[in-house]
Amino acid sequence: MLDAELLARIQFAFTVSFHIIFPSFTIGLASFLFVLEALWLRTRDETYLSLYKFWMKIFALAFGMGVVSGIVMSYQFGTNWGPFSEFTGGVIGPLLAYEVLSAFFLEAGFLGIMLFGLNRVGPKLHFTATTMVAIGTLFSAFWILSANSWMQTPDGYVIENGRAVVSSWIDAIFNPSFPYRLVHMVLAAYLTTALVVGAVGAWHLMRDRENRAARIMFSMAMWMAAILGPIQIFAGDLHGLNTLEHQPAKVAAMEGHFDTREGAPLILFGMPDMEEEETKYAVEIPKLGSMILTHEWDGKITGLKDFAPEDRPNAAIVFWTFRIMVGLGVLIALLGIASVIARLRKKLYSCGYLHRFALLMGPSGFVAILAGWFTTEVGRQPWVVYGLMRTSEAGSPVAPTAIAGSLIAFVVVYAIVFGVGTAYILRAMIKDPRSAHIPEETEILRAGGRQSTAAHPPVAGE
Amino acid sequence: MDYQLIWVLLIAVAVFAYVTLDGFDLGIGILFPFIKNPKNRGRMMNTVAPVWDGNETWLILGGGGLYAAFPQAYSLLMTAFYIPVFTMLLALVFRGVAFEFRFKSKNHQKHWDFAFSAGSIIAAAMQGAMLGGFIEGIAVENGRFVGGAFDWLSPFSVFCATAVVVGYALLGTGWLIMKMEGDFQGNLRRLAKPAVIWMAANLGVVSLMTTYVNPAYAQRWFELPNMLYLAPIPLVTVGLLYWLWHAVKKREKTVFGITLGIFFLSYLGFGITLYPNIVPPMITFRDAAAPENSLAFMLVGAAILLPIILGYTAYAYWVFRGKTGDEGYH
Repeated sequence: MLDAELLARIQFAFTVSFHIIFPSFTIGLASFLFVLEALWLRTRDETYLSLYKFWMKIFALAFGMGVVSGIVMSYQFGTNWGPFSEFTGGVIGPLLAYEVLSAFFLEAGFLGIMLFGLNRVGPKLHFTATTMVAIGTLFSAFWILSANSWMQTPDGYVIENGRAVVSSWIDAIFNPSFPYRLVHMVLAAYLTTALVVGAVGAWHLMRDRENRAARIMFSMAMWMAAILGPIQIFAGDLHGLNTLEHQPAKVAAMEGHFDTREGAPLILFGMPDMEEEETKYAVEIPKLGSMILTHEWDGKITGLKDFAPEDRPNAAIVFWTFRIMVGLGVLIALLGIASVIARLRKKLYSCGYLHRFALLMGPSGFVAILAGWFTTEVGRQPWVVYGLMRTSEAGSPVAPTAIAGSLIAFVVVYAIVFGVGTAYILRAMIKDPRSAHIPEETEILRAGGRQSTAAHPPVAGE
Repeated sequence: MDYQLIWVLLIAVAVFAYVTLDGFDLGIGILFPFIKNPKNRGRMMNTVAPVWDGNETWLILGGGGLYAAFPQAYSLLMTAFYIPVFTMLLALVFRGVAFEFRFKSKNHQKHWDFAFSAGSIIAAAMQGAMLGGFIEGIAVENGRFVGGAFDWLSPFSVFCATAVVVGYALLGTGWLIMKMEGDFQGNLRRLAKPAVIWMAANLGVVSLMTTYVNPAYAQRWFELPNMLYLAPIPLVTVGLLYWLWHAVKKREKTVFGITLGIFFLSYLGFGITLYPNIVPPMITFRDAAAPENSLAFMLVGAAILLPIILGYTAYAYWVFRGKTGDEGYH
């Protein structure tokens, strides 16, 4: 029988998995829109304006879904995780309050002008609005990752009357894993968006290789993959070292190591078995595990058996989600390298294999983010706040039936809403980006940037 | 003034900002069943499309602020209102995406209109039911919620739910009278009249019922000298209702303004009734407060950022001032 704790965990995992997809896409997309509008203002090349409008519509859909799924998250702490809220309220509450004050309002306040205001405020102020929305998404990432990192590597607190009280805000906000997590996540968001933009560009290139808007998209996206892909692997490695220092049990589970040894192998594949305490059918490369994690051939790696059974995260899940993330990361970097080679050979817009590869990789960023998210969150178990509060102590005294009922409602509603939303987004993506912009509008903008001042009939085209 | 008092007032302000701002845009969904013309429905949505996102952010500030400043109250209230909170959230999910989806699909426009309208009505009703359940009190023993999942449901809370739905509808009508012209504006004026009567009746009944819920509430209002100090609140409300009834026929902007005034006085009355409890009938905001240094840390941010937020929010409203046509970006 499913108990309240497990149901609440499933519900949280389900809702957060849906939610995380949208902000990670909109963080990258907001910056992309910022770049597109800046390019348009600099060059007055209308292809950039077409691209801006094309992606703005997709942004609006994704942002709307991010907002509504995020509101759910902000209330779930109280409904399902009351004791957690009481214990962490003094620490995580203010971090989230800062997120609302510095990020959510900024995004929401300027989103209206960004979506509807181009003809009302003129290009310069409109660009300011786009900038504010992009900054807002990054502020949001800053605070939410600070809060999440504090749950992973709590610092700057003391426990008073059974509650966490902050002793140093600097230490609490910039807790040991925060810088790594922030960089890794923001890079992931940028890469995810680049992969989607690249796939959409590839799709349109496959239909018309001369499509200038598609060429710009594809080229920009492939630069991002080529530059950020390798940087992300490096950042991920640093993050891994940080995790080894602060959460060795998580790393042991990720690596599938049950026994502590020196000169540990790298287990490529296998089946971690929590009951029998061994990774079955392991395919190993000798000593490489120690080399990667400790940067020494005979470095010592702690295995799961060094932790009490009740303190071990589930290796079977973490081992595989970690491999999915890393595998996709390598493929993404490969795509970037392939695009550089094609570019050097002047075949970026004509290489069908590359376009198909880019199209195939379109959703890979989302999968990698989800896999990485599961690795870090499941790897933190059995703690909700690492070393301080167990997940089993964090749940509200709510009847399992109530949680089960709301879980079913979530699954049904999310399936409908996000299923339809994704369909609309895909439909918007396959429209020709060149048709997103009507040239007459530019005339209105040139005539002073306001609709009301365009008294004379606009001249179509150039 | 100490931090705890400042924060309870700030959260009260955030909740009021939410109630009035999302109130009028939820009101638009509540009015949908009375407006059949798809073009007019599109216009109604266009009046709030640029601002609804910002309006709803106050709900996150209210919830997030409660979590941060009064974690015990947040935990208890969310547990007690488990069903209405989730129902409201799911309704807001449908309603929120309908803003985008409605314009994306001609074939399914009717479905998204329904989602928008039903979502608005259900979200408003759940907020009203929670208000009722809140006034009636939460069963708490030793800092833990000990009531049942349906404690919030009572004749009183059902009545509060209808009061909030009607109140939001009237706010929405006032907003639309301001933003629309011609025949459609005339339709809205006709719709507003029964809503004014209904709201007046609701206000009277909810106010009187509240004083029966708990003897302490009655004491606060009817004991001397309190009664003299507090008498202006109901009296001014009655005056505003009278003014509203006449404004509905001829004024454009005052309808919305007066309705806001009535909401403010009702909210003030509600605050006076419950003070200093944050989880009625026993837990005060001081009992439930977060550590002092958390409150101080947040206050720095709120003092700097709230004026800025109010500034650009006002700017966004100013950009989209005046009558709304059929314009959109879709």
